Amino acid sequence: MNNISRLKRVLENGDFAVTAECGPPKGADPEVVLRKAEILRGKVDALNVTDNQTAIVRMSSLAACSLLKKAGLDPVLQMVVRDRNRIALQSDILGASALGIRNLLCLSGDHQVFGNQPEAFGVFDLDSIQFVQAVKTMRDEGIILGGESLASSPDIFIGAAANPFADPLEFRVIRLAKKIEAGAGFIQTQCIYNIERFETWLNMAADRGLTEKAYILGGVTPLKSPGMAKYMKNKVSGMDVPDDIIKRMEGVPKDKQREEGIRICVETILRLREMPGVKGVHVMAIEWEDAVGEIVEKAGLLPRPIS
Amino acid sequence: MITAERKPIDEIREMIAPFKKVLALGCGSCVAECASGGEKETAMLASALRMAAKMDREDVQISEMTIDRQCVNEFVIQLDDVIDKYDAILSLGCGAGVQAVADMFPEVPVIPALNTEFMGETKGQGLWVESCLGCGDCMLYYFAGVCPLARCSKQLLNGPCGGSMNGKCEVNPEVPCAWQLIIDRLSGFGALDRLEMIYPPKDWSKKQGTGPRKIVREDQQR
Repeated sequence: MNNISRLKRVLENGDFAVTAECGPPKGADPEVVLRKAEILRGKVDALNVTDNQTAIVRMSSLAACSLLKKAGLDPVLQMVVRDRNRIALQSDILGASALGIRNLLCLSGDHQVFGNQPEAFGVFDLDSIQFVQAVKTMRDEGIILGGESLASSPDIFIGAAANPFADPLEFRVIRLAKKIEAGAGFIQTQCIYNIERFETWLNMAADRGLTEKAYILGGVTPLKSPGMAKYMKNKVSGMDVPDDIIKRMEGVPKDKQREEGIRICVETILRLREMPGVKGVHVMAIEWEDAVGEIVEKAGLLPRPIS
Repeated sequence: MITAERKPIDEIREMIAPFKKVLALGCGSCVAECASGGEKETAMLASALRMAAKMDREDVQISEMTIDRQCVNEFVIQLDDVIDKYDAILSLGCGAGVQAVADMFPEVPVIPALNTEFMGETKGQGLWVESCLGCGDCMLYYFAGVCPLARCSKQLLNGPCGGSMNGKCEVNPEVPCAWQLIIDRLSGFGALDRLEMIYPPKDWSKKQGTGPRKIVREDQQR
Protein backbone atom coordinates (compact mmCIF):
# COMPACT_ATOMS: atom_id res chain seq x y z
CA MET A 1 0.00 0.00 0.00
CA ASN A 2 3.07 2.19 0.04
CA ASN A 3 2.28 3.71 -3.31
CA ILE A 4 -1.25 4.93 -2.64
CA SER A 5 -2.11 8.21 -1.00
CA ARG A 6 -3.05 7.51 2.61
CA LEU A 7 -4.83 10.85 2.75
CA LYS A 8 -7.00 9.90 -0.21
CA ARG A 9 -7.87 6.51 1.27
CA VAL A 10 -8.89 8.03 4.61
CA LEU A 11 -11.10 10.57 2.86
CA GLU A 12 -12.64 8.03 0.50
CA ASN A 13 -13.40 5.75 3.45
CA GLY A 14 -15.40 8.59 4.95
CA ASP A 15 -13.11 9.10 7.92
CA PHE A 16 -12.39 12.59 9.22
CA ALA A 17 -8.89 13.27 7.92
CA VAL A 18 -6.03 14.91 9.77
CA THR A 19 -3.09 16.59 8.10
CA ALA A 20 -0.37 18.71 9.65
CA GLU A 21 2.31 21.00 8.40
CA CYS A 22 6.01 20.30 8.40
CA GLY A 23 8.22 23.26 7.51
CA PRO A 24 11.60 22.19 6.05
CA PRO A 25 14.71 23.58 7.74
CA LYS A 26 16.84 26.52 6.68
CA GLY A 27 19.64 24.09 6.15
CA ALA A 28 20.69 20.82 4.57
CA ASP A 29 20.36 18.48 7.55
CA PRO A 30 17.86 15.68 6.81
CA GLU A 31 17.64 14.83 10.52
CA VAL A 32 15.58 17.99 11.18
CA VAL A 33 12.90 16.73 8.81
CA LEU A 34 13.04 13.22 10.19
CA ARG A 35 12.74 14.46 13.79
CA LYS A 36 9.55 16.32 12.89
CA ALA A 37 8.35 13.18 11.13
CA GLU A 38 8.81 11.13 14.32
CA ILE A 39 6.89 13.70 16.39
CA LEU A 40 3.97 13.49 13.96
CA ARG A 41 4.05 9.78 13.07
CA GLY A 42 0.75 8.09 13.88
CA LYS A 43 -0.88 11.42 14.79
CA VAL A 44 -1.84 12.49 11.28
CA ASP A 45 -2.74 10.88 7.95
CA ALA A 46 -0.49 13.06 5.84
CA LEU A 47 2.10 15.79 6.27
CA ASN A 48 2.18 18.97 4.21
CA VAL A 49 5.66 20.16 3.36
CA THR A 50 5.77 23.87 2.70
CA ASP A 51 7.54 25.28 -0.36
CA ASN A 52 9.85 28.11 0.73
CA GLN A 53 7.01 29.57 2.77
CA THR A 54 6.91 33.34 3.22
CA ALA A 55 9.46 33.38 0.39
CA ILE A 56 12.31 32.34 2.67
CA VAL A 57 14.88 29.95 1.23
CA ARG A 58 14.62 26.52 2.83
CA MET A 59 15.30 22.91 1.96
CA SER A 60 13.28 22.08 -1.14
CA SER A 61 9.82 20.77 -0.50
CA LEU A 62 10.32 17.94 -3.00
CA ALA A 63 13.48 16.73 -1.24
CA ALA A 64 11.89 16.93 2.22
CA CYS A 65 8.83 15.04 0.91
CA SER A 66 11.11 12.33 -0.40
CA LEU A 67 12.73 12.01 3.05
CA LEU A 68 9.29 11.70 4.67
CA LYS A 69 8.18 9.15 2.10
CA LYS A 70 11.24 7.01 2.80
CA ALA A 71 10.45 7.26 6.52
CA GLY A 72 7.01 5.78 5.82
CA LEU A 73 4.89 8.91 6.08
CA ASP A 74 2.46 10.24 3.47
CA PRO A 75 3.74 13.64 2.36
CA VAL A 76 1.69 16.40 0.73
CA LEU A 77 4.02 18.25 -1.62
CA GLN A 78 3.28 21.96 -1.56
CA MET A 79 4.32 23.73 -4.74
CA VAL A 80 4.08 27.45 -5.44
CA VAL A 81 4.05 29.05 -8.88
CA ARG A 82 6.21 31.93 -7.66
CA ASP A 83 9.57 30.31 -8.34
CA ARG A 84 9.10 27.93 -11.26
CA ASN A 85 7.81 28.32 -14.78
CA ARG A 86 5.58 25.74 -16.46
CA ILE A 87 8.53 23.66 -17.62
CA ALA A 88 9.95 23.30 -14.11
CA LEU A 89 6.54 22.75 -12.49
CA GLN A 90 5.55 19.94 -14.84
CA SER A 91 8.98 18.36 -14.58
CA ASP A 92 8.83 18.40 -10.77
CA ILE A 93 5.41 16.75 -10.85
CA LEU A 94 6.82 13.86 -12.85
CA GLY A 95 9.77 13.65 -10.46
CA ALA A 96 7.52 13.75 -7.40
CA SER A 97 5.38 10.93 -8.74
CA ALA A 98 8.50 8.89 -9.53
CA LEU A 99 9.62 9.34 -5.90
CA GLY A 100 6.29 7.95 -4.72
CA ILE A 101 4.87 11.27 -3.58
CA ARG A 102 1.12 11.02 -4.06
CA ASN A 103 -0.34 14.30 -2.77
CA LEU A 104 0.15 17.77 -4.15
CA LEU A 105 -1.06 21.16 -2.96
CA CYS A 106 -0.94 23.78 -5.72
CA LEU A 107 -0.45 27.33 -4.48
CA SER A 108 0.32 30.82 -5.74
CA GLY A 109 2.85 31.36 -2.97
CA ASP A 110 3.68 34.28 -0.74
CA HIS A 111 5.03 37.18 -2.74
CA GLN A 112 8.83 37.35 -2.91
CA VAL A 113 9.01 40.78 -1.24
CA PHE A 114 8.00 39.21 2.07
CA GLY A 115 10.99 36.89 2.32
CA ASN A 116 14.74 37.02 2.45
CA GLN A 117 15.15 37.31 -1.34
CA PRO A 118 13.16 40.46 -2.11
CA GLU A 119 15.30 41.07 -5.21
CA ALA A 120 14.19 37.78 -6.80
CA PHE A 121 12.25 37.69 -10.05
CA GLY A 122 8.71 36.49 -9.36
CA VAL A 123 7.89 33.91 -12.02
CA PHE A 124 4.09 33.45 -11.82
CA ASP A 125 4.08 31.89 -15.30
CA LEU A 126 0.99 29.88 -14.33
CA ASP A 127 -1.44 30.77 -11.58
CA SER A 128 -2.53 28.20 -9.03
CA ILE A 129 -5.72 27.33 -10.92
CA GLN A 130 -3.91 26.84 -14.22
CA PHE A 131 -1.38 24.71 -12.33
CA VAL A 132 -4.13 22.47 -10.88
CA GLN A 133 -5.58 22.07 -14.36
CA ALA A 134 -2.20 21.25 -15.89
CA VAL A 135 -1.53 18.52 -13.30
CA LYS A 136 -5.00 17.04 -13.75
CA THR A 137 -4.48 16.85 -17.51
CA MET A 138 -1.09 15.22 -16.99
CA ARG A 139 -2.61 12.67 -14.64
CA ASP A 140 -5.94 11.92 -16.34
CA GLU A 141 -5.03 12.32 -20.01
CA GLY A 142 -1.27 11.88 -19.95
CA ILE A 143 -0.85 15.21 -21.73
CA ILE A 144 1.33 18.18 -20.81
CA LEU A 145 0.63 21.84 -21.55
CA GLY A 146 0.81 22.39 -25.28
CA GLY A 147 -0.67 18.97 -26.04
CA GLU A 148 2.26 16.53 -26.10
CA SER A 149 1.78 13.07 -24.64
CA LEU A 150 3.70 11.66 -21.69
CA ALA A 151 5.26 8.20 -21.75
CA SER A 152 3.54 7.58 -18.40
CA SER A 153 1.25 9.68 -16.27
CA PRO A 154 1.94 10.92 -12.75
CA ASP A 155 -0.24 9.48 -9.98
CA ILE A 156 -1.15 12.49 -7.87
CA PHE A 157 -4.00 13.42 -5.51
CA ILE A 158 -4.42 17.10 -6.33
CA GLY A 159 -5.25 19.74 -3.76
CA ALA A 160 -5.63 23.48 -3.64
CA ALA A 161 -5.98 26.12 -0.97
CA ALA A 162 -8.94 28.33 -0.17
CA ASN A 163 -9.11 31.45 1.95
CA PRO A 164 -12.69 31.99 3.14
CA PHE A 165 -11.59 35.17 4.93
CA ALA A 166 -10.10 37.22 2.12
CA ASP A 167 -12.20 39.67 0.14
CA PRO A 168 -14.54 39.74 -1.67
CA LEU A 169 -16.58 36.99 0.02
CA GLU A 170 -18.84 36.21 -2.97
CA PHE A 171 -15.85 35.69 -5.17
CA ARG A 172 -14.18 33.34 -2.67
CA VAL A 173 -16.76 30.72 -3.57
CA ILE A 174 -16.42 31.33 -7.31
CA ARG A 175 -12.69 30.85 -6.91
CA LEU A 176 -13.23 27.63 -4.97
CA ALA A 177 -15.53 26.44 -7.76
CA LYS A 178 -12.84 27.22 -10.33
CA LYS A 179 -10.22 25.31 -8.37
CA ILE A 180 -12.47 22.27 -8.08
CA GLU A 181 -13.47 22.46 -11.74
CA ALA A 182 -9.79 22.70 -12.63
CA GLY A 183 -9.24 19.40 -10.84
CA ALA A 184 -8.67 19.90 -7.12
CA GLY A 185 -9.77 16.79 -5.22
CA PHE A 186 -9.09 18.23 -1.81
CA ILE A 187 -9.03 21.74 -0.37
CA GLN A 188 -7.08 22.98 2.63
CA THR A 189 -8.26 26.30 4.01
CA GLN A 190 -6.60 29.27 5.65
CA CYS A 191 -6.52 29.16 9.47
CA ILE A 192 -10.01 29.38 10.91
CA TYR A 193 -10.60 31.63 13.91
CA ASN A 194 -13.79 33.32 12.71
CA ILE A 195 -16.06 30.28 12.63
CA GLU A 196 -19.18 32.26 11.64
CA ARG A 197 -17.52 33.61 8.53
CA PHE A 198 -16.17 30.16 7.71
CA GLU A 199 -19.64 28.68 8.02
CA THR A 200 -21.11 31.37 5.75
CA TRP A 201 -18.50 30.53 3.13
CA LEU A 202 -19.05 26.78 3.59
CA ASN A 203 -22.80 27.14 3.19
CA MET A 204 -22.32 29.15 0.01
CA ALA A 205 -20.00 26.41 -1.23
CA ALA A 206 -22.51 23.72 -0.28
CA ASP A 207 -25.27 25.58 -2.15
CA ARG A 208 -23.20 25.21 -5.29
CA GLY A 209 -22.62 21.54 -4.55
CA LEU A 210 -18.92 22.11 -4.04
CA THR A 211 -18.65 20.32 -0.70
CA GLU A 212 -19.68 17.13 -2.51
CA LYS A 213 -17.17 17.57 -5.31
CA ALA A 214 -14.01 17.97 -3.24
CA TYR A 215 -12.92 17.11 0.29
CA ILE A 216 -12.63 20.27 2.35
CA LEU A 217 -10.14 20.25 5.21
CA GLY A 218 -10.46 23.16 7.61
CA GLY A 219 -7.20 24.83 8.56
CA VAL A 220 -6.37 25.51 12.21
CA THR A 221 -3.33 27.02 13.91
CA PRO A 222 -2.87 26.91 17.70
CA LEU A 223 -2.01 30.34 19.09
CA LYS A 224 1.01 30.61 21.36
CA SER A 225 0.30 34.06 22.78
CA PRO A 226 -1.98 37.09 22.46
CA GLY A 227 0.92 38.73 20.62
CA MET A 228 0.80 36.07 17.96
CA ALA A 229 -2.97 36.50 17.63
CA LYS A 230 -2.57 40.25 17.19
CA TYR A 231 0.26 39.81 14.73
CA MET A 232 -1.86 37.47 12.61
CA LYS A 233 -4.81 39.82 12.76
CA ASN A 234 -2.89 42.96 11.87
CA LYS A 235 0.09 41.87 9.82
CA VAL A 236 -0.90 38.75 7.92
CA SER A 237 -3.04 39.57 4.95
CA GLY A 238 -6.11 37.44 4.47
CA MET A 239 -6.20 36.39 8.14
CA ASP A 240 -9.29 36.99 10.29
CA VAL A 241 -8.73 36.75 14.06
CA PRO A 242 -11.80 38.04 15.94
CA ASP A 243 -11.27 40.22 19.02
CA ASP A 244 -12.89 37.69 21.38
CA ILE A 245 -10.14 35.19 20.50
CA ILE A 246 -7.50 37.80 21.33
CA LYS A 247 -9.31 38.63 24.58
CA ARG A 248 -9.39 34.95 25.53
CA MET A 249 -5.65 34.69 25.01
CA GLU A 250 -5.08 37.88 27.02
CA GLY A 251 -7.35 36.65 29.81
CA VAL A 252 -5.05 33.87 30.97
CA PRO A 253 -1.68 34.13 32.75
CA LYS A 254 1.40 33.94 30.57
CA ASP A 255 2.30 30.38 31.56
CA LYS A 256 -1.17 29.17 30.57
CA GLN A 257 -1.36 30.88 27.21
CA ARG A 258 -0.14 27.96 25.12
CA GLU A 259 -2.65 25.73 26.90
CA GLU A 260 -5.40 28.21 26.05
CA GLY A 261 -4.22 28.31 22.44
CA ILE A 262 -4.50 24.54 22.24
CA ARG A 263 -7.94 24.65 23.89
CA ILE A 264 -9.23 27.15 21.30
CA CYS A 265 -7.80 25.01 18.55
CA VAL A 266 -9.47 21.84 19.86
CA GLU A 267 -12.82 23.65 20.24
CA THR A 268 -12.53 24.84 16.64
CA ILE A 269 -11.88 21.29 15.44
CA LEU A 270 -14.89 20.00 17.36
CA ARG A 271 -17.07 22.68 15.73
CA LEU A 272 -15.66 21.81 12.31
CA ARG A 273 -16.42 18.10 12.83
CA GLU A 274 -20.08 18.96 13.22
CA MET A 275 -20.22 20.62 9.81
CA PRO A 276 -21.20 18.08 7.15
CA GLY A 277 -19.22 19.90 4.45
CA VAL A 278 -15.93 19.57 6.36
CA LYS A 279 -14.14 16.28 5.78
CA GLY A 280 -11.01 16.84 7.78
CA VAL A 281 -8.70 19.23 9.50
CA HIS A 282 -5.29 20.65 8.59
CA VAL A 283 -3.26 21.57 11.68
CA MET A 284 -0.64 24.20 10.99
CA ALA A 285 1.29 24.39 14.25
CA ILE A 286 3.99 26.77 13.12
CA GLU A 287 7.35 25.57 14.52
CA TRP A 288 5.32 23.84 17.25
CA GLU A 289 4.95 20.31 15.92
CA ASP A 290 4.85 18.98 19.53
CA ALA A 291 1.41 20.51 19.93
CA VAL A 292 -0.16 18.51 17.10
CA GLY A 293 -0.36 15.18 18.96
CA GLU A 294 -2.03 16.80 21.96
CA ILE A 295 -4.52 18.70 19.79
CA VAL A 296 -5.43 15.65 17.75
CA GLU A 297 -5.82 13.53 20.87
CA LYS A 298 -7.96 16.09 22.71
CA ALA A 299 -10.14 16.44 19.60
CA GLY A 300 -10.79 12.70 19.80
CA LEU A 301 -9.10 11.98 16.50
CA LEU A 302 -6.73 9.24 17.72
CA PRO A 303 -5.94 6.59 16.75
CA ARG A 304 -5.79 7.33 13.06
CA PRO A 305 -7.77 4.86 10.94
CA ILE A 306 -4.92 3.71 8.70
CA SER A 307 -1.55 3.27 10.33
CA MET B 1 3.72 56.54 -22.42
CA ILE B 2 7.11 55.19 -21.42
CA THR B 3 8.13 56.52 -18.03
CA ALA B 4 11.59 57.10 -16.64
CA GLU B 5 13.36 58.69 -13.71
CA ARG B 6 16.69 60.44 -13.70
CA LYS B 7 19.65 58.54 -12.30
CA PRO B 8 21.42 59.97 -9.25
CA ILE B 9 23.76 62.79 -10.23
CA ASP B 10 26.81 60.99 -8.79
CA GLU B 11 26.20 57.96 -10.98
CA ILE B 12 25.88 60.21 -14.04
CA ARG B 13 29.07 62.11 -13.14
CA GLU B 14 30.97 58.88 -12.79
CA MET B 15 29.87 57.70 -16.23
CA ILE B 16 30.77 60.96 -17.99
CA ALA B 17 34.04 61.46 -16.08
CA PRO B 18 36.34 60.32 -18.94
CA PHE B 19 34.87 62.88 -21.37
CA LYS B 20 35.63 66.57 -21.87
CA LYS B 21 32.83 67.60 -24.22
CA VAL B 22 29.46 66.13 -23.48
CA LEU B 23 26.11 66.77 -25.14
CA ALA B 24 23.13 66.37 -22.80
CA LEU B 25 20.43 65.23 -25.19
CA GLY B 26 16.80 65.55 -24.17
CA CYS B 27 13.76 63.94 -25.74
CA GLY B 28 10.51 65.83 -26.26
CA SER B 29 8.15 62.84 -26.07
CA CYS B 30 7.26 60.44 -23.27
CA VAL B 31 10.08 61.43 -20.92
CA ALA B 32 9.08 65.08 -21.30
CA GLU B 33 5.53 64.16 -20.27
CA CYS B 34 6.84 62.35 -17.20
CA ALA B 35 9.19 65.24 -16.41
CA SER B 36 12.42 63.29 -16.52
CA GLY B 37 14.05 63.95 -19.89
CA GLY B 38 12.33 66.88 -21.65
CA GLU B 39 13.85 70.22 -22.55
CA LYS B 40 13.44 71.60 -19.04
CA GLU B 41 14.93 68.58 -17.29
CA THR B 42 17.80 68.51 -19.77
CA ALA B 43 18.63 72.14 -19.02
CA MET B 44 18.47 71.47 -15.29
CA LEU B 45 20.71 68.42 -15.49
CA ALA B 46 23.22 70.18 -17.76
CA SER B 47 23.47 73.14 -15.43
CA ALA B 48 23.81 70.89 -12.36
CA LEU B 49 26.64 69.03 -14.10
CA ARG B 50 28.34 72.28 -15.11
CA MET B 51 28.11 73.59 -11.58
CA ALA B 52 29.50 70.37 -10.10
CA ALA B 53 32.36 70.43 -12.61
CA LYS B 54 33.15 74.03 -11.71
CA MET B 55 33.16 73.28 -8.00
CA ASP B 56 35.63 70.48 -8.63
CA ARG B 57 37.68 72.66 -11.01
CA GLU B 58 37.20 70.22 -13.85
CA ASP B 59 37.64 71.36 -17.40
CA VAL B 60 34.46 69.96 -18.89
CA GLN B 61 32.08 71.38 -21.46
CA ILE B 62 28.45 70.34 -21.09
CA SER B 63 26.12 71.48 -23.86
CA GLU B 64 22.43 70.73 -24.22
CA MET B 65 19.96 70.02 -26.96
CA THR B 66 16.52 68.42 -27.14
CA ILE B 67 15.03 66.62 -30.12
CA ASP B 68 11.39 65.67 -30.52
CA ARG B 69 11.93 61.92 -30.45
CA GLN B 70 15.12 60.04 -29.74
CA CYS B 71 13.54 56.76 -30.78
CA VAL B 72 12.80 57.80 -34.37
CA ASN B 73 15.65 57.99 -36.88
CA GLU B 74 14.16 60.97 -38.73
CA PHE B 75 14.71 63.05 -35.60
CA VAL B 76 17.99 61.47 -34.49
CA ILE B 77 19.55 62.44 -37.83
CA GLN B 78 19.45 66.09 -36.69
CA LEU B 79 22.48 65.27 -34.56
CA ASP B 80 24.54 64.78 -37.73
CA ASP B 81 25.43 68.47 -37.86
CA VAL B 82 26.66 68.74 -34.27
CA ILE B 83 27.90 65.32 -33.24
CA ASP B 84 31.54 65.93 -34.22
CA LYS B 85 31.90 68.56 -31.51
CA TYR B 86 31.38 66.05 -28.68
CA ASP B 87 33.23 63.16 -27.05
CA ALA B 88 30.04 61.63 -25.69
CA ILE B 89 26.29 61.98 -25.62
CA LEU B 90 24.42 61.90 -22.32
CA SER B 91 20.96 60.79 -23.38
CA LEU B 92 17.88 61.74 -21.41
CA GLY B 93 15.83 59.45 -23.60
CA CYS B 94 14.26 56.15 -22.57
CA GLY B 95 16.16 52.92 -23.19
CA ALA B 96 14.86 52.89 -26.75
CA GLY B 97 16.05 56.46 -27.33
CA VAL B 98 19.55 55.74 -25.99
CA GLN B 99 19.86 52.74 -28.29
CA ALA B 100 18.48 54.51 -31.36
CA VAL B 101 21.10 57.25 -30.93
CA ALA B 102 23.86 54.70 -30.28
CA ASP B 103 22.80 52.74 -33.34
CA MET B 104 23.02 55.79 -35.61
CA PHE B 105 26.40 56.95 -34.27
CA PRO B 106 28.47 53.83 -33.66
CA GLU B 107 31.65 55.80 -32.98
CA VAL B 108 30.21 57.98 -30.18
CA PRO B 109 29.69 56.74 -26.60
CA VAL B 110 26.04 57.21 -25.59
CA ILE B 111 25.43 57.28 -21.83
CA PRO B 112 22.00 56.84 -20.24
CA ALA B 113 20.98 59.56 -17.80
CA LEU B 114 17.64 57.94 -16.97
CA ASN B 115 16.35 54.68 -15.58
CA THR B 116 13.51 53.61 -17.84
CA GLU B 117 10.62 52.32 -15.76
CA PHE B 118 7.35 51.25 -17.36
CA MET B 119 4.49 51.88 -19.76
CA GLY B 120 1.92 53.78 -17.83
CA GLU B 121 -0.43 56.67 -17.30
CA THR B 122 -0.11 60.17 -15.86
CA LYS B 123 -2.55 59.98 -12.96
CA GLY B 124 -2.07 63.46 -11.58
CA GLN B 125 0.63 66.02 -10.97
CA GLY B 126 3.81 64.12 -10.26
CA LEU B 127 2.09 60.73 -10.31
CA TRP B 128 2.59 58.02 -12.91
CA VAL B 129 1.45 54.40 -12.65
CA GLU B 130 2.18 51.26 -14.60
CA SER B 131 -0.69 49.80 -16.57
CA CYS B 132 0.62 47.79 -19.51
CA LEU B 133 3.26 45.09 -19.92
CA GLY B 134 3.16 45.07 -23.69
CA CYS B 135 2.38 41.35 -23.70
CA GLY B 136 1.44 41.27 -27.37
CA ASP B 137 -1.99 39.75 -26.80
CA CYS B 138 -4.35 42.20 -25.09
CA MET B 139 -6.87 40.64 -22.70
CA LEU B 140 -8.38 43.86 -21.35
CA TYR B 141 -11.79 42.98 -22.79
CA TYR B 142 -12.11 39.99 -20.46
CA PHE B 143 -10.94 41.92 -17.44
CA ALA B 144 -13.11 45.00 -17.89
CA GLY B 145 -10.25 47.30 -18.78
CA VAL B 146 -7.99 46.44 -15.84
CA CYS B 147 -4.87 44.44 -16.72
CA PRO B 148 -4.08 41.76 -14.13
CA LEU B 149 -0.69 41.09 -15.71
CA ALA B 150 0.46 44.66 -15.18
CA ARG B 151 -1.47 45.45 -12.03
CA CYS B 152 -1.75 42.25 -9.96
CA SER B 153 1.48 41.60 -8.03
CA LYS B 154 1.25 37.90 -8.88
CA GLN B 155 0.03 38.36 -12.46
CA LEU B 156 -2.94 36.10 -11.77
CA LEU B 157 -5.34 35.47 -14.63
CA ASN B 158 -7.69 33.68 -12.25
CA GLY B 159 -7.47 35.91 -9.21
CA PRO B 160 -7.75 37.33 -6.65
CA CYS B 161 -5.36 35.48 -4.36
CA GLY B 162 -5.99 35.01 -0.66
CA GLY B 163 -4.18 38.21 0.19
CA SER B 164 -6.81 40.65 -1.07
CA MET B 165 -8.21 42.56 1.90
CA ASN B 166 -10.44 45.64 1.88
CA GLY B 167 -9.67 46.15 -1.79
CA LYS B 168 -5.92 46.31 -1.19
CA CYS B 169 -3.00 44.13 -2.24
CA GLU B 170 -1.12 42.12 0.38
CA VAL B 171 2.19 43.22 -1.07
CA ASN B 172 1.57 46.87 -0.27
CA PRO B 173 -1.57 48.22 1.41
CA GLU B 174 -1.22 51.38 -0.70
CA VAL B 175 -1.74 49.36 -3.86
CA PRO B 176 -5.30 48.63 -4.96
CA CYS B 177 -5.99 44.93 -5.59
CA ALA B 178 -6.31 44.70 -9.37
CA TRP B 179 -8.76 41.83 -8.98
CA GLN B 180 -11.02 43.82 -6.70
CA LEU B 181 -11.07 46.52 -9.43
CA ILE B 182 -11.85 43.87 -12.07
CA ILE B 183 -14.68 42.42 -9.99
CA ASP B 184 -16.11 45.86 -9.24
CA ARG B 185 -16.06 46.88 -12.90
CA LEU B 186 -17.43 43.59 -14.17
CA SER B 187 -20.26 43.65 -11.67
CA GLY B 188 -21.05 47.20 -12.79
CA PHE B 189 -21.49 45.88 -16.34
CA GLY B 190 -23.43 42.82 -15.16
CA ALA B 191 -20.65 40.64 -16.58
CA LEU B 192 -19.48 38.82 -13.45
CA ASP B 193 -20.02 35.50 -15.26
CA ARG B 194 -16.74 36.19 -17.07
CA LEU B 195 -15.03 35.30 -13.81
CA GLU B 196 -16.43 31.79 -13.79
CA MET B 197 -14.33 30.63 -16.71
CA ILE B 198 -10.81 29.39 -16.21
CA TYR B 199 -8.39 31.52 -18.19
CA PRO B 200 -5.69 29.32 -19.71
CA PRO B 201 -1.96 29.91 -19.26
CA LYS B 202 -0.69 33.01 -21.03
CA ASP B 203 1.16 32.60 -24.32
CA TRP B 204 4.38 34.38 -23.39
CA SER B 205 5.96 33.64 -26.76
CA LYS B 206 4.21 36.79 -27.98
CA LYS B 207 6.23 38.80 -25.48
CA GLN B 208 9.57 37.06 -25.31
CA GLY B 209 9.60 34.37 -27.94
CA THR B 210 12.65 34.93 -30.08
CA GLY B 211 14.72 37.89 -29.06
CA PRO B 212 13.63 41.50 -29.50
CA ARG B 213 10.20 41.80 -31.03
CA LYS B 214 9.63 43.42 -34.38
CA ILE B 215 6.62 44.75 -36.24
CA VAL B 216 6.83 44.64 -40.03
CA ARG B 217 4.10 46.47 -41.94
CA GLU B 218 4.53 46.30 -45.67
CA ASP B 219 1.68 48.73 -46.24
CA GLN B 220 3.74 51.34 -44.38
CA GLN B 221 6.92 50.72 -46.33
CA ARG B 222 7.74 52.72 -49.42
